[in-house]
Amino acid sequence: MLNIFEVAETNKMIEQMNLDVRTITLGISLLDCIDGDIDKVCDNIYNKITTKAKDLVKTGEDISLELGIPIVNKRISVTPIGLIGASACKTTDDFVKIALTLDKAAKEVGVNFIGGYTALVAKGMTPAEELLIRSIPDALAQTDRIMSSVNLGSTKTGINMDAVRLMGDVIKETAEKTKDIDSLGCTKLVVLCNPPDDNPFMAGAFHGMTEADSIINVGVSGPGVVKCALEQVRGESFEVLCETIKKTAFKITRVGQLVAKKASERLGVPFGIVDLSLAPTPAIGDSVADVLCEMGLEYAGAPGTTAALAMLNDQVKKGGVMASSYVGGLSGAFIPVSEDQGMIDAVVAGALTIEKLEAMTCVCSVGLDMIAIPGDTPNTTIAGIIADELAIGMINQKTTAVRVIPVIGKGVGENVEFGGLLGHAPIMPVNKFDCSAFVNRGGRIPAPIHSFKN
Amino acid sequence: MKKTIITVVGHDTVGIIAKVCTYLADNDINILDISQTIVQGWFNMMMITDMTKATKPFGDVVSELEKLGEDIGVQIKCQTEDIFNSMHRI
Repeated sequence: MLNIFEVAETNKMIEQMNLDVRTITLGISLLDCIDGDIDKVCDNIYNKITTKAKDLVKTGEDISLELGIPIVNKRISVTPIGLIGASACKTTDDFVKIALTLDKAAKEVGVNFIGGYTALVAKGMTPAEELLIRSIPDALAQTDRIMSSVNLGSTKTGINMDAVRLMGDVIKETAEKTKDIDSLGCTKLVVLCNPPDDNPFMAGAFHGMTEADSIINVGVSGPGVVKCALEQVRGESFEVLCETIKKTAFKITRVGQLVAKKASERLGVPFGIVDLSLAPTPAIGDSVADVLCEMGLEYAGAPGTTAALAMLNDQVKKGGVMASSYVGGLSGAFIPVSEDQGMIDAVVAGALTIEKLEAMTCVCSVGLDMIAIPGDTPNTTIAGIIADELAIGMINQKTTAVRVIPVIGKGVGENVEFGGLLGHAPIMPVNKFDCSAFVNRGGRIPAPIHSFKN
Repeated sequence: MKKTIITVVGHDTVGIIAKVCTYLADNDINILDISQTIVQGWFNMMMITDMTKATKPFGDVVSELEKLGEDIGVQIKCQTEDIFNSMHRI
């Protein structure tokens, strides 16, 4: 029988340490919505989403009430629209039409974001995929709930540098088109290398080609719980530190597994995966950077940060894997800047730079995330930053991503406020030296060799 | 049978248990187990209950208990046992 201390421990995690289920994401295949006529495609998409997801939000709220734990987001991911619109879309405006349809469907069913305004161009772009990419600035400027992602490379294919170069322009144009709201559009746009098909987290969520017709994926969170657990073992050895993280990750993940199973049963949709991530929010006490500090660093970014993060990430996985029957998605510690108060503090203190963040992304999920940069950063420099980050993913066989926000009209030292879960961020300096002759070469970087690992 | 866990946390005052038990009795909720302790001056109580014959839907009980808690100056939570079993039992 349960005892009072166990019950109190769980409730303390929820009430005082910000334990929550970050998202229930319903993946929906739109492959059966394909048609040659754009209006027909839009009708099919709207009907399928509003049918499949009609009970998603209510189910999430019911589960939250019964278990007494917040389920923060209810979201949808769909098959990459670059594929779904390929037959019908002849112009960028056609793709924007689909974006508006997705936005309308998301609002109708009450989810806060819908992911999958996506092109998979790791090796090459079809004409439709290029159109989708070029439509992203307008799509994000004209919608509220669309999340867009572009896969630009993988370990198996190398990196599509033509697309990388193009994304440098697209990110900047997105920033321009949403400059009245501090270039908010760029917070909804991510480029990836080796993206998983079952990621429940935005902005990179899409319903991959390997997936069933619909699927439930759940993302848990709990950096605050890990931090509080580590407060109890200050000064202890790495062995004790690791054991503590593992046990905590196990408990957190079990909640995710439970919620995923319940959502799956009630919606009649198969359970996909639990994403074992430590996802911070701007709330005080919900920070991955604070966990690193609790381990013994003055600020995130101090020497030792990469090692601390590597260990944290690995122990979270080791603890979480046994707690869930299926693990997937991004699974690791997230290190966004604007969404993590400890990261913001580190940047303001001068402890954390983009270069250090890049090193940190080598050992955790997912990449350079939610980093505000000066609005006058050249497009080619953004492409260079993307190429660097994707190279890390390609060579290390892991997912990496870039979500930078060139804030139009603002420079280093100024602050930008995105609001809500997206947080706020000081604008970080970018290396001033030029890489345009490199990124303008055209073509692609070949897939890496899988031997002679050094 | 699905059990429901009711927890009460707050400053210790006279009649907390009585008021909660009265509410449960009025709504045909059976108490299977009660444990109570004082931690650093805070009143902590956990009840394991059976709500299968409860006259009201679960959501109403949750909000009414929460309201009752506000009236007597404590926090009352009502959750199914699943989350605790998941977290603490392999």
